[in-house]
Amino acid sequence: MAEHNSIWETLGFRKASGVGEAGWGRTLAVAIVSFIYFLPVLFIIFTAFKPQDAALSVPPTLSPTSLFGLIPEQFVFTPTLENFGSVFMRSMTAGGAPEPTGFDRYFFNSIVIASSSVLLALVIGTLAAFGFSRYPLKGNDTYLFIILTTRMLPAIVVIIPVILMFRVVGLSGSYTGIILLYTAFNLAFTIWMMKSFFDELSLDVEDAARIDGSSDTGVFFKIALPQVIAGLAATFVFGLILTWNEFLFALLLSGPDTRTVPVAMNQAVSSGGRGTDWTLLAAIETLFLIPVFLVTFFLQNHLLRGVTFGTVKR
Amino acid sequence: MSMTATAAPPALFSVTLDNWKLAILVGLVVSVVAVLALPAGIAFWIVGAMAAMIAAAFVVNAYRRKYYGGLLVAPAIAVLFVMNIFPLLWSLGLSFFAYQSNQQSIRFIGLNNYIKVLTNEIAAPANWDALINTAMFVVLTVTAQMIVGFLLAMLFAKQFPLRKYLLILVLTPMMLSVVASGVFFTYYYDPTFGILSYVVNSITGGQFILMSSKVGAVTGIVFADAWMWSPFVMLLVLAGLVSVPKYLYEAAAIDRVSKWRQFWTITFPYIRGLLMLALLFRTIEAFKLADLVILLTKGGNDTMTISYHLIRIANEQNKTSEGAALSYLMLFMVIVLTNLYLYIANRRSQGA
Repeated sequence: MAEHNSIWETLGFRKASGVGEAGWGRTLAVAIVSFIYFLPVLFIIFTAFKPQDAALSVPPTLSPTSLFGLIPEQFVFTPTLENFGSVFMRSMTAGGAPEPTGFDRYFFNSIVIASSSVLLALVIGTLAAFGFSRYPLKGNDTYLFIILTTRMLPAIVVIIPVILMFRVVGLSGSYTGIILLYTAFNLAFTIWMMKSFFDELSLDVEDAARIDGSSDTGVFFKIALPQVIAGLAATFVFGLILTWNEFLFALLLSGPDTRTVPVAMNQAVSSGGRGTDWTLLAAIETLFLIPVFLVTFFLQNHLLRGVTFGTVKR
Repeated sequence: MSMTATAAPPALFSVTLDNWKLAILVGLVVSVVAVLALPAGIAFWIVGAMAAMIAAAFVVNAYRRKYYGGLLVAPAIAVLFVMNIFPLLWSLGLSFFAYQSNQQSIRFIGLNNYIKVLTNEIAAPANWDALINTAMFVVLTVTAQMIVGFLLAMLFAKQFPLRKYLLILVLTPMMLSVVASGVFFTYYYDPTFGILSYVVNSITGGQFILMSSKVGAVTGIVFADAWMWSPFVMLLVLAGLVSVPKYLYEAAAIDRVSKWRQFWTITFPYIRGLLMLALLFRTIEAFKLADLVILLTKGGNDTMTISYHLIRIANEQNKTSEGAALSYLMLFMVIVLTNLYLYIANRRSQGA
């Protein structure tokens, strides 16, 4: 045992070594920052558990528990699960009997539409990115730039021709239409991002594999793809988050059967002329947050593992 | 796979699967005939089938002659063409007509929409105001996001206990639907019920209305936007930071290189590309800022952005073609700026 070991270091508060590891001291500092950053979200989640009359109280209620007297009684509310029930079943008119709101369907729609369009964009976009990176075409940069410009115009300008086009083809209000549109919507980002990951890889390994008799397909699947798993995970997460919450396209293009949660959420909280239904909005958002939160959490390991393939970088 | 000699290109009129020139010729003739002779609903599908045939010929041709670039890129280009580029060209055409989506009549008027958008004594000043506000929002929100996102990434760059649980907390704001987070920010900023006003009130004793002045309203919008999208920058930078091989730092530590130089010579080259990408995408998105403005100020207090202005013109006032003209002027500006940016970025990375 070195005599310099202080009590803190024995407890696990190691000094930062400078090569990528830090101890509990860093955890504490980051925890404080993260918690402050998370506060507005926490407030929304808490609001989902508030009784309706506590939602707009002054002073604002902040916590479901007084934490053994730490938090003054005026800031504490009594948690309830009622709001989550009324996401799926509630009375639409004052005093009426509770009826199904269709939100189970809207959640199903959001999951189907977001996951299929993001996966489709990831497959098509990764192939294209590899093409742009390894087999540059004549005018490669021009193609890439045109792809980028598809993200530059405000959605409202693209949407009017798309509405007309979908009407002619019979795609309006269908899953196919909105999934294809979202796929295109994700492609520009997917291609640019995956290309920047492919560009970072060393060509030496791929050339060596080719000399050893590996086919071009083999090089892509066995050499290049495993090195960009972190990139695939990051791109998937971004695509999912953007598509999951997309509002304007969904508002104008989804029919009653294909309506997604953000559109339904907007209608549910502002209908009936009673102003915003805060607790209902918070309950919908809390439920809506869970799937994308879980996906991000489980992909995070890939996201942060980085490139552990051990290849020499350019 | 052994390397085979690339086949010679087929003659124009030989009927083979890879003869894309013949496919284009047949496709064009059939499409024109179909559009002229058949009702629009049927003609659309025939034109679509012809496009598919031409695409198939291109694919077979590319495969036989090992043009892998074209082959890999083709599906992406096809989807983008149908869903983005074609509608863009359609609305470009529309910008030369007098057309309102709630009326049947359509009339060619050349550049009049553009002239009106730029010089009309009522329309033009509103457009310019919205444009200047947008430029201000772009600079403020993107700067805030880049700084906050970068600092957050540096904070998370090292491995420490519980890192993944803390990281997900910081990522959550980005996952919220803008409908919910925007509406809740109106609550946080609310002068009567809001938390911000309650906190300020208990310190100063007076009522606090954030959104009552332009400075306050802009601060409110920029804060909400930066809070939502800094995690995006953070995640991109972090993906770059964790890909730096550890042995480089170990070597630098042995050579007693200062932290500051370690950052610029080891770390920065690994994140430069991703920082550029984050800057590019956030700038493009910031140009389109509309939803938060709609939810927080409805464009009041001189916070109207060009994108929200367009939604008003094209959707609420049904001036479809005028909106298209304005958005093409905007697209032109964004393209010039982006090209300039990419040019500078490329020169930098070649010079380094």
